[in-house]
Amino acid sequence: MKRLVQGFAAIFIAAFALMFMTHRLNEAEGYGGDKTVSVYNWGDYIDPALIRKFEKETGWKVVYQTFDSNEAMMAKIAQGGATFDVAVPSDYAISKMIEENLLLPLDHSKLPNLKYIEPRFLDLSFDPHNRYSVPYFWGTVGIVYNRGMLGGKTITSWNDLWDPDLRNQILLVDGAREVMGMALNSLGYSLNDTNKQHLQEAKRKLDRLMPNVKAIVGDEIKLLLANEEAAVGVVWSGDAAEIISENEALDYVVPKEGSNLWFDNMVIPKTAKNIEGAHAFINFMLDPKHAAQNAEYVGYSTPNRAALRYLPKDIANDRRFYPDLDAAGRLEVYENLGKRMLAYYNELFLQFKMQQK
Amino acid sequence: MERAWRNWYLIPYAAWLVLFVIAPLVFLVYESFLDIDGQWTLANYEKVLTPIYLKMMAYSFWYALLITLASLLIGYPTAYWLTKTRHKQLWLLLLILPMWVNLLLKVYAFLGLFGTYGLANAFLQAIGVGARQLLFTDFSFVFVSVYIFIPFMVLPIFNALEELPPSLIDAARDLGASGWTTFRRVVFPLTLSGVKAGCQAVFIPALSLFMITRLIAGNRVITLGTAIEQHFLVTQDWGMGATIAVVLMIAMAVIVFLTGSGRKEGSR
Amino acid sequence: MKRTHRWGRVYLLFVFAIMYTPIGYLMYYSFNSGGTMHDFQSFTLKWYGEVLSDDRLLIIVLNTLVVALLSAAVATILGVIGALAIYYVKRQRMKNTLLALNNVLIVSPDVIIGASFLLLFTLAGIKLGFASVLLSHIAFSVPIVVLMVLPKLEEMSPTWIDAARDLGAGSRQVLSRVILPFLTPSIWAGFFMALTYSLDDFAVTFFVTGNGFSTLSVEIYSRARQGISLSINALSTLLFLFTMLLVVGYYVFSQKGGRMYGIGGRK
Repeated sequence: MKRLVQGFAAIFIAAFALMFMTHRLNEAEGYGGDKTVSVYNWGDYIDPALIRKFEKETGWKVVYQTFDSNEAMMAKIAQGGATFDVAVPSDYAISKMIEENLLLPLDHSKLPNLKYIEPRFLDLSFDPHNRYSVPYFWGTVGIVYNRGMLGGKTITSWNDLWDPDLRNQILLVDGAREVMGMALNSLGYSLNDTNKQHLQEAKRKLDRLMPNVKAIVGDEIKLLLANEEAAVGVVWSGDAAEIISENEALDYVVPKEGSNLWFDNMVIPKTAKNIEGAHAFINFMLDPKHAAQNAEYVGYSTPNRAALRYLPKDIANDRRFYPDLDAAGRLEVYENLGKRMLAYYNELFLQFKMQQK
Repeated sequence: MERAWRNWYLIPYAAWLVLFVIAPLVFLVYESFLDIDGQWTLANYEKVLTPIYLKMMAYSFWYALLITLASLLIGYPTAYWLTKTRHKQLWLLLLILPMWVNLLLKVYAFLGLFGTYGLANAFLQAIGVGARQLLFTDFSFVFVSVYIFIPFMVLPIFNALEELPPSLIDAARDLGASGWTTFRRVVFPLTLSGVKAGCQAVFIPALSLFMITRLIAGNRVITLGTAIEQHFLVTQDWGMGATIAVVLMIAMAVIVFLTGSGRKEGSR
Repeated sequence: MKRTHRWGRVYLLFVFAIMYTPIGYLMYYSFNSGGTMHDFQSFTLKWYGEVLSDDRLLIIVLNTLVVALLSAAVATILGVIGALAIYYVKRQRMKNTLLALNNVLIVSPDVIIGASFLLLFTLAGIKLGFASVLLSHIAFSVPIVVLMVLPKLEEMSPTWIDAARDLGAGSRQVLSRVILPFLTPSIWAGFFMALTYSLDDFAVTFFVTGNGFSTLSVEIYSRARQGISLSINALSTLLFLFTMLLVVGYYVFSQKGGRMYGIGGRK
């Protein structure tokens, strides 16, 4: 009994000592003051050196908080209770957030650097006239394949995936829109198709792909492809860039039938307290030099046209990640299909996943 | 007078129950009667009874059972022999220590270890079995689950074994019982409380496993936990997610009532 | 007899080898200059340098430890009280109902707990951050403590308590002299499991955190999309070795001080 009480007392003392340390550190770092900009982003999705530079230049202190999925981030912002001045959701999430009144309109007069963004990436269907968002990174969905493992065979289209030679060789990302979109594209339909017959047809086509599918996985797809667990993977271009840099045998292609064009944009959610600082931060990130530095650190494609000059040539000229948009096949942005349609997509995707085995 | 002081324990515990269990439960049940547009409906419950969800439910129970059994089979001898070592307390803690490393990192390590060119396959090749696909199989799924849950099984069994008076075993020995008979007739029955605690601590959370179904099993195993996760986050069909959760909880309660009554009645 | 012990040793060695292999794997690659958890290129310490110079990460680690220690300790106290409460309930049906309710949080997927706690905190007007995270961790750790303690309690013979009472012990003495000493090992088991729950939790923490407060799990999971840097491996290695040193050091220290009882001897 004495031991028990002593033990617990020791734990409490240790905890409070640690708490005190944290408090001092926080103070030393300048968090907790009111001169802060709270940035809500994916983990490790910004060059920390840029944050330090921003803090030095403007005097605002950045509180960097992270999320792991758009959906979880939206739930947090919808509920309120926490301050986020800038967030970085993906395209489809932005249209949902606009619909649910979760975003504050941007003041374009405070974002002079917006002029550097490639015009093609502005005024898109998920946010007309960029009233609420400005592009941060962009990319495509495509196929990563291992030249060595395929014995010289190349892949150029979605339909190549149905090749019986690829038995048990394909990794898919665990996303209903991505996988269904791939099947729809392979059939020549739009990946925003809402015709249930077309969707059923796509699902039946997917069922025939199943023998080739080794697994349906999440972010770890990068690790698995780089480790040569499978010869082919359907991935986002950002992931592709990263693994190609790790494994020479890998290549990336945007299928010729068309694919998804995605964006991660900066927004100011309704939970913002420091609107001034939020605009300053967004404008800072839109600066071509900063955008280039960030793109080099993160490895994703920057939508900043002026930034390309500051990027190493072999990155800026890589047609896989900076494709010629006129020559590329039909690239579409995900449209907000509404909850019911999304549920239907998911239902079909779930059925597809369930019937393996 | 006795009753009066005994009930004091119920106050803080009941406060916790009401705030953090009953309130969320009410919220969950309420949600389960709403469809995706927020209208009242019973459709979610009809949907749960369709083959696809029944199949999922069957999988969940089957794998939870498998994981619990495997944990017990591996955990019991571990606990038993741990009690025989010299610095048993230290060893026990060292067994728990790996639990405190982030799960995602450990799972990534397993992806590397079980991969085609990983350590596990190198080992299989070395002993002449030959390389085979380990990732995305039932085996690796159960293996990693057991890895995660094993301390939950070992700890209570270890404690139960520790309480065993050594004189009892000596007595059984003196009466001529063999090692195995002593274990079966004396040791095991007396550590049942630990076994029970361990099985509960493994089986119940195993029912709603979700992350490693994707990471290790590559979605080849889809459990109720995965489905709930999907409905809450991806589909944003909270009604359906809540319905599955309600069904899961009813199933859990049934198990508690089935395993809880009877035995305890006798001992009190 | 001796021979079975030897086989026992071999078995334990095997179990420990498996438990530590993934940890060793993570540690090994924390020295990889290649930047990934495959293809070891050459030895480097740069990831360690990166960790040690990252104040934000340090604050996150401290936050994680504070929440884990505090929540596990409070949850253990609450859980023991809960187990006693269930123990003293006479009616079997009531007992089972309490037990079923107890298990609700264990069987609930984290998203559900997270979402409903978030709702709860916003309704109650609690600011998201340290307090809300701590409360949630306490809340979801209580049931595992009850599960660890209750079976032990059920095993306790009621005659002990009666005997203690007959000898004139008051209810407090019965608790501190009879019940708690008997429960000590399972109480520590509960504490360690609560600690494990807290350190491992990602989803619940994610939902109820905010205003700059973050824990290691949230940080690691949110890095998955972008690829987890080896500096996280380096950090985990440091934390693991530190904990191990603490455990072994304390053990050696307390061994000198005398015999320990149950798991309760350390920490």
